[in-house]
Amino acid sequence: MAYPYTHEKEVRILSKHFGEPEARTVEGWKARGGYQTLSMAFEMGRNAIIDEVKASGLRGRGGAGFPAGVKWSFMPQDGGRPHYLLCNADESEPGTFKDRELLRWAPHQVIEGMIIAAYAIRAEQAYVYCRGEFFETTQILARAIEEAYEAGYLGKDILGSGVNVDITVHCGGGAYICGEETALMNSLEGRRGTPRIKPPFPAQAGYMGMPSTVNNVETLSSIPFIIQEGADAYRANGTAESPGTKLFCVSGHVRRPGNYELPLGFPLMELIDDVCGGMKEGRTLKGVIPGGSSVPILNAEECANCEMSFEGVIAAGSQLGCAAVIVMDDSTDIVKEVRRMVGFYAHESCGQCTPCREGSAWAEKILRRIEEGRGTEEDLDTLMEVTSQMEGTTICVLSDSVAAPVQSSINKFREEYLSRIRTGEKAGVA
Amino acid sequence: MMTDQQSPQTVTMRIDGREVTVPTGTTILRAAESVGIEIPHYCYHPGLSSPAMCRLCLVEVEGWPKPAPACKTTVAEGQVVHIESEMAQAQRTGVLEFYLLNHPLDCPICDQSGECQLQDYVFAQGREHGRGREPKRVLGRDDFGGDVLFNGDRCVMCTRCVRFMREVAEDERLCVVERGNRAVIDTFFDEGLEGSPFAGNIVDICPVGALVSKDFLHKARAWDLDRTPSVCPSCSQGCNITLQTRDDLVQRLKPRENMDVNGWWMCDFGRHNYEWINRVDRVEEPLVNGETQGWPEALGSLLGRLKEAKGEVKAVTWAHSTNEEMGLLKAMMEELGGSEVVYRSPRTVGELQLPGFPLLARREDLAPNVRGAEILGFTRVGDEEAEGGLDDLATHKGVLIVVGDPLEDQNENFGAQAELFIYLGSYLSKVAGNAHYVLPTTTFAEQEGSYTNVQGRVQRFWPGIRSPGSARPGWLILGALFAEFTETEAPIGADQAFVQVAKGVPEFGEITYRDMGTRGAPARKSAGVAGD
Ligand SMILES: Cc1cc2nc3c(=O)[nH]c(=O)nc-3n(C[C@H](O)[C@H](O)[C@H](O)COP(=O)(O)O)c2cc1C
Ligand code: SF4
Ligand code: SF4
Ligand code: SF4
Repeated sequence: MAYPYTHEKEVRILSKHFGEPEARTVEGWKARGGYQTLSMAFEMGRNAIIDEVKASGLRGRGGAGFPAGVKWSFMPQDGGRPHYLLCNADESEPGTFKDRELLRWAPHQVIEGMIIAAYAIRAEQAYVYCRGEFFETTQILARAIEEAYEAGYLGKDILGSGVNVDITVHCGGGAYICGEETALMNSLEGRRGTPRIKPPFPAQAGYMGMPSTVNNVETLSSIPFIIQEGADAYRANGTAESPGTKLFCVSGHVRRPGNYELPLGFPLMELIDDVCGGMKEGRTLKGVIPGGSSVPILNAEECANCEMSFEGVIAAGSQLGCAAVIVMDDSTDIVKEVRRMVGFYAHESCGQCTPCREGSAWAEKILRRIEEGRGTEEDLDTLMEVTSQMEGTTICVLSDSVAAPVQSSINKFREEYLSRIRTGEKAGVA
Repeated sequence: MMTDQQSPQTVTMRIDGREVTVPTGTTILRAAESVGIEIPHYCYHPGLSSPAMCRLCLVEVEGWPKPAPACKTTVAEGQVVHIESEMAQAQRTGVLEFYLLNHPLDCPICDQSGECQLQDYVFAQGREHGRGREPKRVLGRDDFGGDVLFNGDRCVMCTRCVRFMREVAEDERLCVVERGNRAVIDTFFDEGLEGSPFAGNIVDICPVGALVSKDFLHKARAWDLDRTPSVCPSCSQGCNITLQTRDDLVQRLKPRENMDVNGWWMCDFGRHNYEWINRVDRVEEPLVNGETQGWPEALGSLLGRLKEAKGEVKAVTWAHSTNEEMGLLKAMMEELGGSEVVYRSPRTVGELQLPGFPLLARREDLAPNVRGAEILGFTRVGDEEAEGGLDDLATHKGVLIVVGDPLEDQNENFGAQAELFIYLGSYLSKVAGNAHYVLPTTTFAEQEGSYTNVQGRVQRFWPGIRSPGSARPGWLILGALFAEFTETEAPIGADQAFVQVAKGVPEFGEITYRDMGTRGAPARKSAGVAGD
């Protein structure tokens, strides 16, 4: 059975067994070569693992793109205090749906990656923080974890190595902000899910005040391959600055939306036109949000030469984020689209920081007024100024996520806003 | 971050062009405070953790890409901070505009008006005209239980109240519910704050009019109140307080910072136990055998009668008397060859400690100067209600001196057999009817004086309201009598009275009013008095 959509240009490493229900079982995973990397890793030792991951150049897949090996090396080397590994499966950014698929189709791949990561950072307890709405996903994962325990891959003295790793699944309550790593830790501790001020960083004082590492599901899923095949093999895909393959979650007005695993640096237009089958009949491209709703919108012109690597998308004027590619054709009402995204952030703001709490709700109200044809040109200036006061002034970057779509859309699609304001018409919306 | 190299003890940096040297680890906010610069803030409070969430204290630090929260950022050697730069000011103006978006601007009917940090900051640095045109969010009012009323629309979401209950009272009864712009402070279920012994403090630390005292509601405007430093008279802890008065009536009590006694806090029992200070059934003029007399005549004839009196002299006081009154009473008794002074004081069972500031506890002794009486060697009589224990005084045939204690538990025959019965007190009491001399005294709120608290700390208070009629401080009356008796100089100030009293008392040693200042001075420990 082929996973909903596949394409010959895909390089399927992480998603190799998507669509194969047997791969969810420990036996099925072993039959596909799974769990071989554990004894390899325990033999390599912690430092060699961290060095290998550093050498692979693997960058965090949760959005910020921080090198995973470097992050692991921040963990204290001396023992004494418990260390924790936290797998971030809160996947809630509008546009992204890759972690869910990794957990649904290859749960043992994540577990395997987590065991290696936990060992490398001296953690004996790991948690998977699952988005509250991931009901089926969590069940699949929990079953896989149970099987892994039975098979001796989890628990005490794994495969006779003396290594202990326990994994516990925790379901969030459905708040987007709990995907922010420090809010995640608060939530896991039973507190309100509000981001903490950094420093201290998680490696110094994280979950329960102990050294902790937070990694995204996809980041951890990439580890077994790096251990198995080595850093060079990993670097065979992708660019020098963004090595490896990446799951691109393509949604919106393309013929075949879905998850596609491609080398980083893959051209955006090729992704849209070729891999995803192009725009729908008779439609043209208006813009793309390349990295989840928190990054600036690219207009069609900027998309033309955009390469989907961390550095490539920055060069085009946006960010790769978690590679959630939202494609918008000429029927898209930008004002409405931005209002809805800002509404999402206003709804999800944890409410600690005044600029974010008040600014996001204010921006949403102004946008709604404009959408309903009751805006003024001054509103656009107010929006620009309000959102600029939300950038770099808060505890976490959710606040900046409001600024990005608002400012980029006003800059790039000003005419659409103006026509709404002046005539109430949706000029430019086919 | 700390390096391996030895860390210097102080850091020198610049704030708005001024050189500031502070201990390593000081925050920018405290460093600025140390040179008298206030950085506006809401969520920061010195007695609570710093969540750095209100974002009002963001300042410009040269070389930093983003503004820094002054309450959380520690100073560094050579750091250059701007509080009034264009960037920092724009930052504050912007945040203040956010605060006003959903604020009802109901200052004219708000209890906090005049002492509101939103009002003050917006007045100083807000935009002239807000740009908010959208309908405001309306949350309305909520009775939080106890004395606390919540006006949700005025809340600036600083979470000071939540953190006080969690961190200081350790009685987690408040929380933030919902998130984002829908977030609101609330109590758990129906329990509310009722019965939480320190909850009143959240009204003090709420920077705006979101939490107000039901007791104080509509009583006075902040700018009409006079404020006088004082000491809570309701237990032997002696929390430092401010008497807030208007028209010679106490309107409310507020805690006054003293890190050696009560921090920034006080208990609700003490806070609300003030109505008695405003009692109107006062003795206003000296009464001699039931007839009103002027002070000179009354004291003149009293002196004569005291000199003539033959019988034994006995005296009773209470633990609301000041050190000065007690000390001069003791001196007087020694001069007259009287017996030991007894005192009565109410006691309850169990202390109520404030977990997050354990120095502070509502003590078992429900009067302010039990320790003073102990230091002076007075003997405690009576029960927990401060009743009884006076049988031999009630029928005493010699000279009877009562200072302060209104003797409300005694029957009308108290003192009827005394050769000479002198009553110094503030209230008309039925037994005072038997007194040959009733000499009206001022209450602690009307005079200068000092109490010694449970820790043995001697603390001053000041007059906040005028006394009725010609009531005089007890020390002035006793001091004048003593001086006449001994042909010495009478003290003409409470400070002099204290010096006179302290002379013979090793625990008070050389302490003077100046030493005590507004925050008190510790008495010397002595073998006779148990340490705290
Ligand atoms: C508002 C906000 C939401 C986030 N949500 C997620 C999320 O759902 N999943 C995720 O992996 N990372 C999320 N992140 C990023 C995490 O804070 C963190 O950087 C990441 O989990 C680290 O993993 P990585 O280094 O493997 O990418 C979020 C960040 C912010 C500011
Ligand atoms: S920026 Fe927004 S979401 Fe992030 S901590 Fe502040 S209020 Fe919460
Ligand atoms: S009620 Fe007052 S103290 Fe509590 S969060 Fe609101 S403004 Fe702050
Ligand atoms: S603890 Fe004692 S002194 Fe302090 S406020 Fe309460 S009653 Fe007054």
